Amino acid sequence: MIDFELSDTTKGVQQMVHAAAEQMMRPISREYDEREHEKPWDFLNAMWGASRGVTMSGGDAPKDGEKKPKGPSEGTLRACVTTEELCWGDVGLYLSIPNSGLGGAAVAAAGTPEQKKRFLSRFTEGDPKWGAMAITEPGCGSDSAAIQTTAVRDGDHWVLNGTKIFCTSGLMAAEKSKGFVVVWATLDRSAARAGIRAFVVESGTPGMYVTKVEHKLGIRASDTATIVFEDCRIPLDNILGSAEIKQGKGFKGAMATFDATRPIVAASAVGVARAALDYVKETLEKNGVQIRYGAPLHTLTALERDVIEMEAQVQAARLLVWRAAWMMDNGLHNNLEASMCKSKAGLVVTHVTQKAVEILGPLGFSRELLVEKWMRDAKISDIYEGTQQINQLIIARRILGYTSEELR
Amino acid sequence: MVNFKPTEEQELLRDTLQNFAREVIRPSAREADEKDRVAPELVQKGWELGLVPASVPEEHGGYGTVRSALGSAIELEELAYGDLSTTLHLVAPRLFTVPLIAAGTPEQQKAWLPRFCGEAFTVGTAAFVEPAWNFDSREPSTRAERNGNDWVLTGKKCLVPLADRAEAILTYANSADGLAAFIVERGAAGMTIGSREKNLGIHALDTFPVSFDGVRVPAGARLGGEKTNVQALIDASRVATAALAVGVSRAAFDYAREYAKERKAFGVAIGRKQAIAFMLADMATEVDAMRLLAWEAAWRLDKGLTATRESYLARHYAAQASLKIADNALQVLGGHGYIRDHLVELFLRNARGFAMIDGLAIV
Repeated sequence: MIDFELSDTTKGVQQMVHAAAEQMMRPISREYDEREHEKPWDFLNAMWGASRGVTMSGGDAPKDGEKKPKGPSEGTLRACVTTEELCWGDVGLYLSIPNSGLGGAAVAAAGTPEQKKRFLSRFTEGDPKWGAMAITEPGCGSDSAAIQTTAVRDGDHWVLNGTKIFCTSGLMAAEKSKGFVVVWATLDRSAARAGIRAFVVESGTPGMYVTKVEHKLGIRASDTATIVFEDCRIPLDNILGSAEIKQGKGFKGAMATFDATRPIVAASAVGVARAALDYVKETLEKNGVQIRYGAPLHTLTALERDVIEMEAQVQAARLLVWRAAWMMDNGLHNNLEASMCKSKAGLVVTHVTQKAVEILGPLGFSRELLVEKWMRDAKISDIYEGTQQINQLIIARRILGYTSEELR
Repeated sequence: MVNFKPTEEQELLRDTLQNFAREVIRPSAREADEKDRVAPELVQKGWELGLVPASVPEEHGGYGTVRSALGSAIELEELAYGDLSTTLHLVAPRLFTVPLIAAGTPEQQKAWLPRFCGEAFTVGTAAFVEPAWNFDSREPSTRAERNGNDWVLTGKKCLVPLADRAEAILTYANSADGLAAFIVERGAAGMTIGSREKNLGIHALDTFPVSFDGVRVPAGARLGGEKTNVQALIDASRVATAALAVGVSRAAFDYAREYAKERKAFGVAIGRKQAIAFMLADMATEVDAMRLLAWEAAWRLDKGLTATRESYLARHYAAQASLKIADNALQVLGGHGYIRDHLVELFLRNARGFAMIDGLAIV
């Protein structure tokens, strides 16, 4: 039965996380935007203590002897709801929170039970750790089938060679904690996408170096790293999925990670959009401007129209996110819906935050407020985890029934 | 707990109506548009689906299905996918029955509802919109003055579906204690039904201007007897507008998608060109977005929560999105889209109406 009410548990978590966002993230938001690349350790340690063990896609990291609870899960949806709250607080800080991250999501989606235990259980104990995912290369982004980084078998090891860029939390995962980096590499360039596999590289593995941390428009509290692999040797069983190359197999497994992570990334966009929208509405309310829902169009001011449109857009994006997450939780194939929500949310947050700057005029433009920061932070949502355009391509292929060969 | 799956009953109804929309409504959409009328055989077939008596309580001769805005939104989307004019014609009696079911007094329900549960299409309707650029549904210029035991109605309405054959018209008017609705029977003295309107879209729907020149109705004709929450009915009408817009948008999107897979240019189907494919991707996403907003507002209505904001947002979103979707659908067909051999120009004309017209249907 169609229902838009979050469960009591999820609502409770939502409130708790919102309080954390308001009390722990907002007060340091500007500071760690300005102090790019510095880590807010008090905040990170607190978050590690509070949330460790929860994977990015919402499931708990497996513990010994524990079985998965039966019945419908709300894990992905809950992760989307909490992500929205945290990113309402500050998306840069959210991205820097120690957890298994996108790398963990890849392990959770494509790893064996043994691999999940080996790589994910560390996130329930000890010091803060980060997981990261390395896909993009200097010469390829969205076209991940064109990956140049190679994985060659040498006895009991895979040997990785190549350069990865734009790796979120790459520095923390590769060098500054006992985390890991999931690296996409090709077993055989001539096999194109069928030859792509994901490999888990433990932090500190010889041959893996962070060579650069990017300076960015926004999300400055989060490190975005270039990682070079030079004859980097990893154990054979660090490959996610089978090493056997079959046309049409393997790559799909890796791509399936996105079906789980895109709703979450889209939820983070919704959080930033809501931050801007909330601020605009509060400012208007303080100044006695009411938004008259239900008023005839000819009486609406341009300002009211803008706010109404922003609100509808944000809610549309949120509901698309919820649907994709709900599908994931219920074991339904959500590849189309995940791309829809990501594509929509990326556009919406970009538009809504720009509009917020416009509506607030000089206040919106000033670094005294956070609105300009949200506008800078927003844009990445339209790019990472699949650009607007790559998601449109995925949607188009699915609705038209075309293969990636037929619609390139 | 959040759930996006309709009930089995809703799915069954959806599938039935989807079939009806595809097999019965759609094939006659062009002819209905050109001839400015929905064929009577089609109207009767539609009546036999039970769309009107379904939510009428059993004691009044209906099926006694609990009224559900959500179920109704699902219905309207499917029907409007076939053709908007035909849909509005088929569900016009609900403009009268639904407010009575939701807010009518027992006497009003007893007197009127059984008439809409018979074998033949029976018409009731509502007079909501007014012929003014600055029409405000919250404060219509049509007035209801108390005079002894009667109410006296004065004002002008337009876009009243099937007014010429309605048993009664539920007329919305402003009274001393706010917005109210009144049951005005056919042939009431002072009520004049003008000549059939001609509009940009919804050609096949017979709509009329109706003027009320001191029309007297008894106190018992006021919907609910006394002050009643008419805003909830307006909200329900906005959700209906949104749901209809989803249906028209999906129709336009599907039409363009099928065309893009057939039509070849430069040796391949145009759907294989990103310029076209991305427009279709955007259309598909927007259809889903508008549906979810409409569903959420409907869900609130069913839960008895206030839905004024949500229905307003859903309706405005749907109006804008449907226009853009229909326009893009026409663009995908290029010159062919402009020709009346194809249905997309019809979808575009119909979609345009959503931007300014409420009150032609209700959930």
